[in-house]
Amino acid sequence: MEQKTTQDYLKTIYNLAKNGDLVSTTEISQKLEVAPASVTEMLKKLSDDDYIKYEPYKGCILTIKGLREAQKVTRKHRLLERFLADTLHIGKDKVHKEACQMEHALSDEAEESLCRLLKHPDTCADDGKTIPACDLPFSNCEECIKLHNQGLEEVGRRNKNLISIRELKDGKFGKISFIRGEHKILRRLLDMGLTPGTKIKVVKVAPMDGPVEVAVRGSKLALGQDIACNVFVEVEQPS
Amino acid sequence: MSCHSNSNSNGKVSNCKDSNHLTFALAGNANVGKSVIFNQITGSNQIIGNWPGKTVDRAEGTLSFEGHGITVIDLPGIYSFSTFSMEELVSRDYIALEKPDAVINVVDASVLERNLFFTLQLLEMQAPLVLCLNQVDVAKSRGIIIDKEKLQKKLGIPVVFVVATRGEGIYELMGEAVNVALSKPKTKHLKYRPDVEENIEKLKQVIEKANLSLQYPPRWLAIKLLEGDVEIVKAVSALSRAVIDSAIATSKEMSSSCQEACFSAIASERYALASSIAASALQQTEVKSTFSEKLDWLTTHRVLGYFTSLGIIAGLLLWTFFIGNGLSNLISSGLSFIKPIDPALSASQPILSIILNGVCGGFNAGLTLIIPFVIPFYLLLALVENSGVLTRVAFVMDSAMHKMGLHGKALIPIILGYGCNVPAIQACKIMETRRERLLAAFAITFAPCSARTIVLFGMVGLFVGIQWALLLYVVDVAVIFALGRVAMKVVPGKSTGLIMEMSSFKMPSLKVVLKQTWARTKSIIYIVFPIYIVGSALLQALYFYNVLTPISNALSPLTVWWLGLPAAAGVLLILGTVRKEFVLLGAVAIFGTTNLALYFSPVQLVVMALVAMLYIPCVSTVAILGKEFGWKAATTISLANIAAALLIGGLAFRLLTLFV
Repeated sequence: MEQKTTQDYLKTIYNLAKNGDLVSTTEISQKLEVAPASVTEMLKKLSDDDYIKYEPYKGCILTIKGLREAQKVTRKHRLLERFLADTLHIGKDKVHKEACQMEHALSDEAEESLCRLLKHPDTCADDGKTIPACDLPFSNCEECIKLHNQGLEEVGRRNKNLISIRELKDGKFGKISFIRGEHKILRRLLDMGLTPGTKIKVVKVAPMDGPVEVAVRGSKLALGQDIACNVFVEVEQPS
Repeated sequence: MSCHSNSNSNGKVSNCKDSNHLTFALAGNANVGKSVIFNQITGSNQIIGNWPGKTVDRAEGTLSFEGHGITVIDLPGIYSFSTFSMEELVSRDYIALEKPDAVINVVDASVLERNLFFTLQLLEMQAPLVLCLNQVDVAKSRGIIIDKEKLQKKLGIPVVFVVATRGEGIYELMGEAVNVALSKPKTKHLKYRPDVEENIEKLKQVIEKANLSLQYPPRWLAIKLLEGDVEIVKAVSALSRAVIDSAIATSKEMSSSCQEACFSAIASERYALASSIAASALQQTEVKSTFSEKLDWLTTHRVLGYFTSLGIIAGLLLWTFFIGNGLSNLISSGLSFIKPIDPALSASQPILSIILNGVCGGFNAGLTLIIPFVIPFYLLLALVENSGVLTRVAFVMDSAMHKMGLHGKALIPIILGYGCNVPAIQACKIMETRRERLLAAFAITFAPCSARTIVLFGMVGLFVGIQWALLLYVVDVAVIFALGRVAMKVVPGKSTGLIMEMSSFKMPSLKVVLKQTWARTKSIIYIVFPIYIVGSALLQALYFYNVLTPISNALSPLTVWWLGLPAAAGVLLILGTVRKEFVLLGAVAIFGTTNLALYFSPVQLVVMALVAMLYIPCVSTVAILGKEFGWKAATTISLANIAAALLIGGLAFRLLTLFV
């Protein structure tokens, strides 16, 4: 129960955090339908456990530890949504509630298998939000497919903090670390200079979920949202 | 030339080379200025545009230089030699198998690193290479200065600085290319990281021992096998299983030692090398903010971006109308001495009067209705195309285009469709999948090309009001969007995402713009004009002897009852399938006057123009649709156009008669 509550809070803060602004207690209490007083109490606890930085009367922001935990549970949630909608054909309006129950029980191994089964989906079924990257140390999905017979326990875990460039603010830099998805698009991106370790800058994002303009290796590229949500960069600080 | 044309039929070029005739290929990334250089070298009029992917088929031209006959091939712009697109495969096979005497690698000096990634692949193929560093002036203005000697030394190939738009460096470039072609210097072997290089070398030796009868260089084959290139793996496995097995083993070794998939490791290596070469050749890399970047801000701004996009299209139309109208009036008053034959003569000599009337009328209408509108339209279109603003429009409109199952890049051919549908449909090749090409082509057939714009302005703009003409344009955009959505639902498949290089803004060169305008106007003057002058006389005769009445009558349920048009509209619409201008010109010929308001009511003019805009595309467009997508698709699209035109035209007629 304790773990479930923690995960729900972290997930909520992760979803509410926009442009690196603090998330207020009120927002969280509205979203979780919990009294503000209980939220404040929980936030203090999370802050003690180093999941968030909490500033009384202002709000909170995830720490690296919190971000990774939040991404993990959000990833499980959104993968489950896809599974419920695409494979089990459950109505898109129902998948969110269902996934909320299942996400806490899903093991990491099951999560990885689910990702392979669904062919590395990038967005969730109901609202099109980006599914966070996995924490395996690969730079593309093919390496994962190739190695999974040998057992993925041995390959270890990624010790970098990844976010997709779709979530990167205008003018922010990141180092390319992981590109998700099909071979053809991956190769096209590599050819355009988006090789692992390359520094990439988000120049601007077009309005209405439009493309992301990035500067890489002295050239400027426009990447559609559906491409941008698959390009993950390493960040030192959660935005 | 004979050498070259033989080469295609028997597949071998190397045997039939004489030192007097040389073949050069222009290769490089998209939008680096290959076509500008091609035009400069060959003096031809390839249409140029500042957007990536414009050259879709390879273009060919010939010239003579210092006693050598030279054939130049302009290859489509590509970023790599993987085989994910037709263009990449075609370019690769051309360079590897047909072995041109020299390959001129055109490079955008401002984006050296990314361009060198491609240069390295050309070197891997051991192509006889000259590096043409284009737009050095633009690079310099942005604070990028390149050390030619250092670059030359690092790459081991001649480097020439060029400003293609002004023709600077072209002569030197040709000289170097001839040198390379005649002396065939050995290409320098640029080494990758030791562990990568070791694996390549190991596989290369296996390939050399197997003695495959392939025309590709062994080291290049080794790299391609390690990358898992589908075409090459197929070709090699047909010849030697042992090489493939060895390739699989080596790639496994390499990916575990690099901790990265092989293809990714090789791409990373190429970029690492390109990056270090670029860094050592760059003297100054402090990039200045330029005027172009301020324009960039304006055109891709969250709010203003939409207005710029809208402004470009509206501006194109308004400019065409007002300049065209002014020119038209000027020409009309200048031509006022040409008058219809007086009625007394026409009674006694009907044939003569018909011919004279037809020819004069045809000449008159062409000169007052077509030329004045077409020239300003093409002029501005060439400016827009060359400025680089099209990629901005594609960027801003990407999310809207997704609603039609397309991405932003599709807007580039659609906007070109406002000029002429035929090259626009060819330009659909910049889209990644057949489904997207088809959807974009379908949208283009509704884009009012210059011919339809003439009908719109000549009928509605002049006699009903410019606001009505513009309203019809808005209706047309809405129709494109609505039918695009329907088409997306009907054609199965998934859409791909946008990956597009943002071309930088450039001041379009006046010479290029004027040349392009003339190239496009020329076809109208040389082809449409003569046909029309003869045709208009013929039409008057046919009309005079009532030959056309049965056709008009047969179509009258549609034209008269459903669309509320005069009976003659049936003939006009049939004429319009040849070229859309003939809807307007035919009306002038049949009624014997350019003042159409005497024979059409305002509502009829609006409906006529609307139907002309939407119904079956002209024969050239149907032909190109058939060629690109097959006759089934061409027929389906044509029928969809007719259905849409009739439906919308009939509704418009009923709505307009209700309110007007």
